[in-house]
Amino acid sequence: MAGEGHIESIVTRSAEETQRFGASLADRLGPGDCVGLDGDLGAGKTCLIQGVCSGFGVEGPVTSPTFVLINEYEGRRDERPLSIFHFDLYRLAGGEDLIDLGCDDYFYGDGVCLVEWAARAEEELPAGTLRIQIEAVDEATRRLLLTGGRT
Amino acid sequence: MRPTVLGIETSCDETSVAVVADGKIASNVIFSQTDHSIYGGVVPEIASRNHTRKLLPVLREALRDAGVRLEDIEGVAVTSGPGLVGCLLVGLSAAKGLAWSRGLPLVGVHHMEGHLFSGFLEHEDLRPPFVALVASGGHTDLIEVVDLGHYRYLARTSDDAAGEAFDKVAKLLGLLAPGEPTMGGPRISELAKSGDPSAFDYPRGPLDEFTFSFSGLKTAVLYHLQKLSAEEKTRLKPDVAASFEAAVVDPLVEKTVQASRRIGVKRVLLAGGVAANKCLREDMEVACGDAGLSLHVPSPILCTDNAAMIAAAGSYRLERGETDGLELNADPRRPLPGIDTGAGA
Repeated sequence: MAGEGHIESIVTRSAEETQRFGASLADRLGPGDCVGLDGDLGAGKTCLIQGVCSGFGVEGPVTSPTFVLINEYEGRRDERPLSIFHFDLYRLAGGEDLIDLGCDDYFYGDGVCLVEWAARAEEELPAGTLRIQIEAVDEATRRLLLTGGRT
Repeated sequence: MRPTVLGIETSCDETSVAVVADGKIASNVIFSQTDHSIYGGVVPEIASRNHTRKLLPVLREALRDAGVRLEDIEGVAVTSGPGLVGCLLVGLSAAKGLAWSRGLPLVGVHHMEGHLFSGFLEHEDLRPPFVALVASGGHTDLIEVVDLGHYRYLARTSDDAAGEAFDKVAKLLGLLAPGEPTMGGPRISELAKSGDPSAFDYPRGPLDEFTFSFSGLKTAVLYHLQKLSAEEKTRLKPDVAASFEAAVVDPLVEKTVQASRRIGVKRVLLAGGVAANKCLREDMEVACGDAGLSLHVPSPILCTDNAAMIAAAGSYRLERGETDGLELNADPRRPLPGIDTGAGA
């Protein structure tokens, strides 16, 4: 991990605010970047990713890829098309299962990868992955801990 | 006499090969983790989606079950999308190899069109126009089948699929073992039998007819459970399960009937893995009966991902003279062919 010891902590007070933070996160991301999200069921991982996708101008629904494992959306960055790959490792047995899916083609490609349940494939995540741990403080409040990322 | 078509489906978890002859199922083999006999041993967890190792044994079994030889096959239909590229490519390579070596016509089938055709394999009285609800671990789509090959989306989920909600709430209720991500539906239904579906009023998602949403329901159950003491949790679990199940089933039934009435169709198809849910089938049956709609529910094997439905849809495409060349490629985001984007949601 290119952690560099950089840690950022953010508190959001509603699902809408989590999405808005996600949208602002898109400004920090570009081709080849990877974000790994962790947090319990219902913490708001998909919600945050919906925000990131709206920040990239993705049109149409951003749905949970739990069953299909990977969703692909067409986003934009600086007027240019940018592919967004939305992973969900919830159903995976482990990292090797992810390799079977050809994850390296995505992780080392030109798109942006957003990975839910990232800790399930710690070894396979590319260096420089921005890690976000989401913790539910109460029904509406979430604490987001950001570490790593490209420097 | 309609053609004898071999169907191959490898878009996600299931490896399946089927033979459909004259519009009827001659065989429909789905590799399941519990049936290792044709494979000759237990499949390691890691290979759960390793279609490469499972496809040929499944293909042999499908031909044997159907009592046909490769020489009897007149066309090959294969799922070309949507799905996982790596998974789709295994089925496509096999289909292309067969088509090329035997000089057979090949057609790439859309996975959801397969689900829509699952109804025709057993119900000869099912004819368009009808409304289809396809609900599974990965989809919650309400589709108007205007005519064969002509579709219109009526409603889709904006977040989680219905089957996924069952799996995740089963996890919250402690009904699934660690590393066991699916099969939540049957566990919840079992527990719900002894519960009161009106005990708790969980959110039913958006009121509009064009969207399903199950993520808020999952979160509502989560926070409800967190507020309960250990004793209450144990005592109220069946009520939570039953109330949750009702909160999934109600909008599925309501929106299906509402849309069918508005459009003026008389027939409804319920497909996808969630169609196996008894509560959904019973409530849909009653609501359709009240609204003067006839309900068609395929057998469980045709509701899950299977190759017979792919062969059925492929058969229709091939009979119309639609074929694909050997350059046919996997399209993970393939849009439904014949979709009418001019109206609806």
